Amino acid sequence: MRELALHILDIAENSISAGASRIRISVEENLDKDRLTITIEDNGKGMDAETLAKITDPFITSRTTRKVGLGIPFFKAAAESCEGHFKIQSQPGHGTTVTAEFKRSHIDRMPLGDLAGTLQTLIIGTPDVHWIFDYCINDEVFHFDDEPIKEILDGVPLSEPSVMRYIRDTLRTGIDDLRQDAGVPTNQ
Amino acid sequence: MPTVKSLDDLKKIREEALKKQQMKETSGKTEVIVGMGTVGIAAGARETLKAILDMIEEDNLEDIIVRQTGNIGLDSFEPIVQVVLPGKEKVTYGRVNGEMARKIIKQHILGGEIVKEYQIEG
Repeated sequence: MRELALHILDIAENSISAGASRIRISVEENLDKDRLTITIEDNGKGMDAETLAKITDPFITSRTTRKVGLGIPFFKAAAESCEGHFKIQSQPGHGTTVTAEFKRSHIDRMPLGDLAGTLQTLIIGTPDVHWIFDYCINDEVFHFDDEPIKEILDGVPLSEPSVMRYIRDTLRTGIDDLRQDAGVPTNQ
Repeated sequence: MPTVKSLDDLKKIREEALKKQQMKETSGKTEVIVGMGTVGIAAGARETLKAILDMIEEDNLEDIIVRQTGNIGLDSFEPIVQVVLPGKEKVTYGRVNGEMARKIIKQHILGGEIVKEYQIEG
């Protein structure tokens, strides 16, 4: 994966597979402390202690067609190669939280990439899930919650072209404005 | 936090959408499913899905539902796109990039003709 936004997409897919009805994605850039933290938190079925202990092993997977599951091991490796750390908390019946932290300015830290694109894919592609996105740069926050949007739409599908445009614009503008205000270039 | 569009704009969008629905006869919806497993993502599935959403938005294509799914089990053919026209069987396409996705929408979804050269056995 060449973008952190693709890792986020990948982990969020796990949350969907775990039957989550609510998934919160948070990206925090602390420019003063030079840390970048990504958190993906879901209310899916969770994992027991035994599974949790093995989950970062590439040969552990819920897939039935192959014996390899690389998403988590790759994300963990990415964080750890950037003076960061990786943590998964989970409880059966309660959900799972994946946290990846990076030294923001580390030379190997891949760019965040197309966050709006990842979010659009998730929101429109899996509309039954309640999606929440928080993007913090230092103390400034862009908060996106699709619940008020779905309430107003009241049954009009998200795949309606004008609705997709609205969601796309809201995400793009929110993210770009936040970065611009913080003086963060768009390609990081 | 500045926002370009307010929730009021969304209310207007909803009204327009409902008006449009009232004017049309209900025909079945086409389903487009894009595989979004780890291999799919690494192969560019997000870009494929984006291209599909962009085309729907640009050309105002109605009655197409785009969904994503996990790993389908055909890793060497990722990104995978499946198309289900109303009342028809699912058609599976492999190694679909953005450009191919647009052709599939044009030829198969809008034109009713399966794009045989992209099709794989699903």
